[in-house]
Amino acid sequence: MTGSIDIRAAEPRLVYVLRLADNALVLGQRLGEWCGKGPALEEEMALVNFALDLVGQARMLLSYAAELEGAGHSEDDLAFLRDGMDFRNLLLVELPNRDFAFTIVRQCLFDLYQCGLYEELQRSGDSRLAEIAAKASKESRYHLQHSAGWLVRLGDGTAESHQRVQAALDRIWRYTGELFETDDVETALVAEGIAADPAVLRSEWDNQLDRILREATITRPAGDGMASGGRHGRHTEHLGYMLAEMQFLQRAYPGASW
Amino acid sequence: MTRTRGETTVTEEIWRLLQSVPDPEIPIISIVDLGIVRDVFDEGHPVVAITPTYSGCPATEMIEQSVREVLDQAGHADAEIRTVISPAWTTDWISDDGRRKLREYGIAPPAASAARGRGLFGGAGLAIACPRCGSTATSRVSEFGSTPCKAHYQCGACAEPFDYFKCL
Repeated sequence: MTGSIDIRAAEPRLVYVLRLADNALVLGQRLGEWCGKGPALEEEMALVNFALDLVGQARMLLSYAAELEGAGHSEDDLAFLRDGMDFRNLLLVELPNRDFAFTIVRQCLFDLYQCGLYEELQRSGDSRLAEIAAKASKESRYHLQHSAGWLVRLGDGTAESHQRVQAALDRIWRYTGELFETDDVETALVAEGIAADPAVLRSEWDNQLDRILREATITRPAGDGMASGGRHGRHTEHLGYMLAEMQFLQRAYPGASW
Repeated sequence: MTRTRGETTVTEEIWRLLQSVPDPEIPIISIVDLGIVRDVFDEGHPVVAITPTYSGCPATEMIEQSVREVLDQAGHADAEIRTVISPAWTTDWISDDGRRKLREYGIAPPAASAARGRGLFGGAGLAIACPRCGSTATSRVSEFGSTPCKAHYQCGACAEPFDYFKCL
């Protein structure tokens, strides 16, 4: 009988890779929830294609994390047998989808972040991370074109779509500070030339976001009362429900395979 | 050391065998024409290096399985299949022959080099020719199509709906 696996990730590189992997895995799972419920067939395919890319990226990153951990775990073990407190993803990606506007706003904020991050990581001193970043970077750019395009269309669309996008951005804003937080783990890796420097990522993200929001006639929220904790294993209540569904099969039928 | 079987070397023979392995989603084109087979070389045993198109492409494992079967059947059970992700796959690797086959099959091949406009809203202005009538009076229906590597288009001249192989 397989229970939960315990990751006491102390090694900075392992923590960093897990953070990247969990962002991709958790948002991939969230986007998959749109399957069968999309507002239009084309958009459903787009969202599920994003999900597929993200889960693919998560697999590469989790495999690497498992190697770094060196405890004989597989990518699947790390995805399906870890408890919520051992996930290291941003709070932003675990929030429920709500409506299409919310999903698109979250996606655009995340894609912008990923594009900058993976652009930088292609020059990482860790060659494995650099390879994964080069692969993921192409996919993130395509995602961003789509999500930014929709944000502009909806923001500069009808009164209803405008209001929904503005409300979504206002609601989600307090989760964006965490994207650029830094801690001992990252400071050490930035100094070693392995991780991307959050300060560098932030200015580019800010510039690009301002450009998109201007075009979308959407107002950037003020205030900086930010929520954080996901990258340290302190999550919202939403993650547990999501994992209960995502992990159910492997928890109930350990080792089940196709 | 180059091992041979009759006239051809083992790596040459494997390249030839792989020419007959179709892509599971687009069976008209082989995995060699698609650029999925990156290399075949000899490390004391033959090694076939393959690369996924998209990170999450569900066909990747099926392709590996098909390669395994073809190699085993041809007596190359000692051959190793190695997945590599660097350099990352690009549509620039689709051969001219592959492009022609895609067009004949009704899929518009990638229009430009993948090194094109990387700007935020770049790439949207490319003229995509209809694989049926050749008109470039086409419009995009959806950025995502029947598989991760394709977008959905429609021709304004002959009304044909078609798949377009995205530039990556």
